[in-house]
Amino acid sequence: MRKFVVVLGLLALACGSSPGSTARPTIDVYAAASLTDAFKALGASFQGASVRFNFAGTPTLVTQIEQGAEADVFASADTTNMDKLKADGFASGEPKVFAHNSLEIVVAPGNPKGIASLADLAKPGVLYISAGPTVPAGKYAAQALAKAGVTVHPRSLETDVKSVVSKIELGEADAGIVYRTDVRAAGTKVTGMSIPDAYNVVATYPLVEVKGAKNPDAAIAFIAYVLSAEGQAKLATFGFQ
Amino acid sequence: MRREKAPVWIGLLAALGAAFFIIPLVGLVVRTPWGDAARSLTSADTLDALRLSLIASLSATAVALVLGVPLAWIYARIDFPGRAVVRALTTLPMVLPPVVGGIALLLAFGRRGLLGSWLAMVGVSLPFTTAGVVLAETFVAMPFLVLTVEAGLRSMDRRYEDAARTLGASRWTVFTRVTLPLIAPSVLAGAVLCWARALGEFGATITFAGNFPGVTQTMPLAVYLLLETDPQGSFVLSLILLMVSLLVLVGLRHRWLGSA
Repeated sequence: MRKFVVVLGLLALACGSSPGSTARPTIDVYAAASLTDAFKALGASFQGASVRFNFAGTPTLVTQIEQGAEADVFASADTTNMDKLKADGFASGEPKVFAHNSLEIVVAPGNPKGIASLADLAKPGVLYISAGPTVPAGKYAAQALAKAGVTVHPRSLETDVKSVVSKIELGEADAGIVYRTDVRAAGTKVTGMSIPDAYNVVATYPLVEVKGAKNPDAAIAFIAYVLSAEGQAKLATFGFQ
Repeated sequence: MRREKAPVWIGLLAALGAAFFIIPLVGLVVRTPWGDAARSLTSADTLDALRLSLIASLSATAVALVLGVPLAWIYARIDFPGRAVVRALTTLPMVLPPVVGGIALLLAFGRRGLLGSWLAMVGVSLPFTTAGVVLAETFVAMPFLVLTVEAGLRSMDRRYEDAARTLGASRWTVFTRVTLPLIAPSVLAGAVLCWARALGEFGATITFAGNFPGVTQTMPLAVYLLLETDPQGSFVLSLILLMVSLLVLVGLRHRWLGSA
């Protein structure tokens, strides 16, 4: 019995102690799925802390943070979700816009279905999928289609923009509307068809320190790094504007 | 049962273990906005998800019955080479992460999959369809039926079958008139288990069949997505699924809970 208590105590100690508290701090950055590649690169070159990422659809991240996930920084793919986080009292300070993005039509390599415009998405035999209406990419896609006066019914509402790209890559769907940075990140595995400026939508990416961050100093330093000339240049190499 | 007093430590840890299961359920019941329940229940998306979930899970159970009972019979009665391996492979979905199952289904039945590319030639495409949901649910749920029915077949009194055979009944007649009625309780229990698992299926469905209200968005998908837009609504839907699970458990109490 006594031994058992000791073991339990040791276990509790092992769980409670913070290993490597002398090493550089770790911050958790919750970022929109479309930022995956760019932010991984930024995290690798950021000196102030080691950065752990959680990439998902923006509304999923907001839900996680509001349900108590320990995030230090939140980077959103739209202002709506950022405003929600702020209104609900989970943001510390003012969100800052750090990047812009625009949309492209994503199709299989070589565009076998000959999709050249938004109107072509409504052609019979074209399996169109979209990110869900609460995901920024899905909302922007709907806006672009509305501007072009095209009515098309998506066959699936994916939970984030990256899974739209992967369904196209796998050949399960013919077309989707995603960020041009996603098309670029997928390389030769998909083809992107540009959308004219008149119908395109500019996506605005703000980021903010999350209230109650474990490492507020490192969080602020990371935000400053993303906004710095070096950070901005890195984002530009991934196609962000 | 002999009355025994539990040592303090066992009692404490056991209480902790039980609380671990009960507290989340209490949380769900307490936080459910009962006033909003009617509104959440009658919203078009919720009704769509409910209807789709019922259709898909019942269809999956039907498919599992048609294919699973014969499979269980083979496992229980025929000793063929490689039986252990085949049996293990067909039981795998019980422990396989459902998302992995979904990816495997995509690679087999997707438009460019092993079989899917043949299906596509004749104009059949399963991803993003309700049929795809049924396929995903059958994949994860059928093993529960197969194992339950197999156990029933192994524990039944085979002398009835022998008697029927000596009286001149064909093998098929013996199966349909003697074996099936004898194992009916196992088949029913297996079907209920299979249905409950199909109803709760999430990972394989969203991976293989995608997500669209009324077509592939089943209750669990709706619960997950509602948490982002309408948490109250997702609590209500969760509670419905909890009730269904509870009913299944109560219905099968003699199998699992002994005399309790």
